[in-house]
Amino acid sequence: MLPNQQNLQKTMLDAEQLTSLQHSIGSYSPLQLAWASGYLAAKSEGASLSVSPSVVALPAATLTILFGSQTGNAKGVAKALAAQAQAQGLSVDLKSMSDFKPKSIKNITHLLIVASTNGEGEAPDDAIALHEFLASKKAPKLENLQYSVLALGDTSYEFFCQTGKDFDESLSKLGAKQITPRVDCDVDYDADATAWSDTIITKAKALLGSESTATNVVAMPTAGATLVAGAQYTKQAPYAAELSLSQKITGRDSAKDVRHIEIDLAESGITYQAGDALGVWFENDTSLVTELIAALNLSADEKVEIAGTSLSFAEALTSTLEITQTAVNFISFWAEQSQDKDLLALSEDKNSARQYAGNHQIVDVVKAASATVTAQDFADALRKITPRLYSIASSQAEAEEEVHLTVGLVEYHENDQLRSGGASSFLGKRLEEGGTVKVFIEHNDNFRLPANGDTPVIMIGPGTGIAPFRAFMQEREATAASGDNWLFFGDQTFTQDFLYQVEWQGYLKSGLLTNLDLAFSRDQAEKIYVQDRLREKASEIFAWLERGAHLYICGDMSRMAKDVELALVDIISEHGKLSTEQAQDYLKELRNAKRFQKDVY
Amino acid sequence: MTTTNKETVLTGPGPLIVEGKQADNERLKAESNFLRGTIVDDLKDQTTGGFTADNYHIIRTHGMYQQDDRDIRTERSKQKLEPLHNVMLRARMPGGIIKPEQWLAIDKFAQESTSYGSIRLTTRQTFQFHGVLKPNIKLMHQTLNSIGIDSIATAGDVNRNVLCTSNPIESELHQEAYEWAIKISEHLLPNTRAYAEIWLDGEKLEGPEGKETVEPILGSNYLPRKFKTTVVIPPQNDIDVHANDLNFIAIAKDGKLVGFNVLVGGGLAMTHGDKSTYPRKADDFGYVPLAKTLDVATAVVTTQRDWGNRVNRKNAKTKYTLDRVGVETFKSEVEKRAGITFETSRPYEFTERGDRIGWVEGFDGKHHLALFIENGRLLDTPGKPLKSGVAEIAKIHQGDFRMTANQNLIVAGVASEDKAQIEAIAREYGLMNDTVSKQRKDSMACVAFPTCPLAMAEAERYLPGFVTDVEGILAKHNVSDESIILRVTGCPNGCGRAMLAEIGLVGKGPGKYNMHLGGNLAGTRVPKMYKENLSEQDILDEMDALVGRWSTERTSNEAFGDFTIRSGIIAEVKNSKRDFHD
Repeated sequence: MLPNQQNLQKTMLDAEQLTSLQHSIGSYSPLQLAWASGYLAAKSEGASLSVSPSVVALPAATLTILFGSQTGNAKGVAKALAAQAQAQGLSVDLKSMSDFKPKSIKNITHLLIVASTNGEGEAPDDAIALHEFLASKKAPKLENLQYSVLALGDTSYEFFCQTGKDFDESLSKLGAKQITPRVDCDVDYDADATAWSDTIITKAKALLGSESTATNVVAMPTAGATLVAGAQYTKQAPYAAELSLSQKITGRDSAKDVRHIEIDLAESGITYQAGDALGVWFENDTSLVTELIAALNLSADEKVEIAGTSLSFAEALTSTLEITQTAVNFISFWAEQSQDKDLLALSEDKNSARQYAGNHQIVDVVKAASATVTAQDFADALRKITPRLYSIASSQAEAEEEVHLTVGLVEYHENDQLRSGGASSFLGKRLEEGGTVKVFIEHNDNFRLPANGDTPVIMIGPGTGIAPFRAFMQEREATAASGDNWLFFGDQTFTQDFLYQVEWQGYLKSGLLTNLDLAFSRDQAEKIYVQDRLREKASEIFAWLERGAHLYICGDMSRMAKDVELALVDIISEHGKLSTEQAQDYLKELRNAKRFQKDVY
Repeated sequence: MTTTNKETVLTGPGPLIVEGKQADNERLKAESNFLRGTIVDDLKDQTTGGFTADNYHIIRTHGMYQQDDRDIRTERSKQKLEPLHNVMLRARMPGGIIKPEQWLAIDKFAQESTSYGSIRLTTRQTFQFHGVLKPNIKLMHQTLNSIGIDSIATAGDVNRNVLCTSNPIESELHQEAYEWAIKISEHLLPNTRAYAEIWLDGEKLEGPEGKETVEPILGSNYLPRKFKTTVVIPPQNDIDVHANDLNFIAIAKDGKLVGFNVLVGGGLAMTHGDKSTYPRKADDFGYVPLAKTLDVATAVVTTQRDWGNRVNRKNAKTKYTLDRVGVETFKSEVEKRAGITFETSRPYEFTERGDRIGWVEGFDGKHHLALFIENGRLLDTPGKPLKSGVAEIAKIHQGDFRMTANQNLIVAGVASEDKAQIEAIAREYGLMNDTVSKQRKDSMACVAFPTCPLAMAEAERYLPGFVTDVEGILAKHNVSDESIILRVTGCPNGCGRAMLAEIGLVGKGPGKYNMHLGGNLAGTRVPKMYKENLSEQDILDEMDALVGRWSTERTSNEAFGDFTIRSGIIAEVKNSKRDFHD
């Protein structure tokens, strides 16, 4: 590990120093050595580090940060917030809400909540228990609690940031006091989240500063050393990877174009686990940008300012502004500008506006009614482009330096024009093999294989929801996990849409995959879906759950995941001889025990 | 008695039974519980469109072959999808007669439930469905059953669909011969109820079936190899007797059928590069009166059952058994088993094999319209809705249809007053076309790509354009009124009967064919290999030279095949075992 003594004597440490160093580090664990290397590197660059040993007891005044996250965004914000607070010398306790005992809330004094919201206003899975508890009669008085909430959501949904609003309201009702007002963030949440974090930390420092005598966590020195290889690549600083394969994996007569994507992480040192997602930055299609600029009757070269940077309108639309997903706010903006009756009426009705936004890109809205705007005003009305998250379809035990995705190309026709999803068409069509794509890992601890390889798993993943289960099976194979594996998959047709068919056949043959049940909706007169197959196998599924199986759902949130949950409740109710409420509790218990996990979108 | 198979075949009369390790097909037939296998389990398996190892073979005895679309095999492999597995079904239609209402039902099934939407008429005088996905297989059998059709034993090691001359002119004789084709077919069918149980949800019979009694003719291991039977009415040889194991040549007296000359041991299949395999003509065993027909059929089948080679499938057909044990030995055994003595064959002559395209008037004053169907493929294509045309005729036709062994279709038994209407439909849908050349009518190809798993080269898709080129060569040499019996097969197994053509092309690899010359018009001579591994251009160059010589050097009316032998271009095959590979 260390260069030989001879060299060291010549160039760096004298014998005494070296002996002393070797004596000091002799008992360090590899992780401690890694930490120390970073510490020393930072020290060498003159960084001023306030380091305290980790044995100091938790002080009374701790800033508790809880996050409720479905796709990992809220968790990411919370982690950054915790790091920032720690760097400021605050004592921080960061937890997923699912790891937090609801009753213990009465013991804390300073609480920050970062919570996302699912489509129809429901709380994310890890937040359900706390969310319900605070709204229930069991909730204690919280007059000693000071808090603030950062809510993540999507303005195109009717119940925008509902979970965050619910937490705010419950806490307030229980007597807790706001430190700062709640902030509701849209899909491009970065700037709002940062502003809220800055504010809250300043305030928290003032509140906690005098009480805080020591920090319990040492801020990791960042200068000079890479503590965990690859960890430096983040959403803000992604890794420029190479696309090594884009292979269509639906048959030639399929109604869908689904791609198997392989991305080379090469020497980046990036690591990921089965269940994680890959964040993918993309550029918009230049032909779409051209079409949009022409429809606006503006100039491509005109300068606009985006977050303090000046760039051409065309550049801004290509790489920094969101033009393939339409926000409801934009419809209101364009209705105002154009004073178009239909658009004005539409913007009054959130549900209709959201539906309209779902199948009309920015250019379609612009073409629906004419208006004269400046490039700067137009740019200001758009959201910032955000990376798309794709569930990773590979295990590193198998794919090594590669990361695989299963990407469904989003395509539809609007006024005879083909409209394509921003990231999916970038990955699947515009980017050539060998081209560069900026990526980062979004860890998702809410979607993990059981730690014990003997535990059986049931995986429900129709359509591109199959992706993480391909990763799971690779992982189970690589680790020689002996637990049974059961996959439910569905799509439109057997001959054209059976994603990764030969791989599943191989796993069945080798015995790794215990059961494979398939639902192809268009192969017969009546539509058959995965939930129908679940009901057919009800007693067996219940038996698996009773012997400790973990249950996973991945894929479409709005219909599939709901229908599957309804089926599961019915199955548990029937075979567990339970009432519907009891069956729901059964499922809730599974969720709390992290035996029921979802990755839905 | 132990000697290697190769020696046996090449060195003359050998053992009655070939000893040695039996072919794997023998194991799977024995373990199949009388052709049931585990087909039922495979039907429930939703994860694959195919059948598992043994069942892949056993479904053949139920009339199906597992195939896939070979055009997209590589593409699907990259898509991580299995090959586009489907089955081809070959119906059992002894004599090839099908009623209009039956036709309409198969037309509907082909349209709605097959990938290709076509009906394929084949050289086994029946129709095939191509591209039936596993979930539709039971529906297919149940549809056929509802109209009185099955596909039992049309493939596999059994007696397959029995052919019968499609001769509607000698009406009375044809009717009798046709009835015999049906009787022979049913007499030699497997007795097992596997087909009904699996496909028609038939009741399972109580208790285990006694092994000895289930299949008194075919035996518990069925035949060593496929077995083909015909009934033929001279002077037509449309069904090509020499391509078949067992042939009954109709002998009439005063217009009534009185008995048959029996020909045994024809067959065209061979294996590239294996000289122990060869196409072979059938041997004449002699005449039997009508009453002994089924006894003789049973005796020939059981002798082949007991003496056929079960060690080497490539030498398992009746033709090799005859050459191994000697024709006289085999014939004596048949006489012993049938309790007869063959009389001297009655005189007969074959003069032609083609169908008489167009209208002919029959014995009973009824009219018959033979439609030339190129490659036997009935499919609607832009400007040529052939399949719909036949369906339109079926809607009004009062008689029946006859599928011919040349892959054509006869609208048979049309009353004088209905002729005009039927012809009008046939013309409207492109089924009648006066410009089709004689050469095109005398050309034939098997299915081959993209569905046949055995194909080494194109056949059906290659033929139409190739014939156009040949027409040009004939025109160049001023012999456009003439034709040459020209047949293309995608592999050496012989479905296209190239080994009885004047020019036979046998697929060797993509775009490569072996060219055989020297067959005759009557189909009584096997052509010999002239050149190996020719490209399509090579073939045209060779034909240009050969047709050029034929057009100037031939004697009056000398057929092309006869000319190639007389002029020494190719040697005549007289005894395949000795001289086919010389």
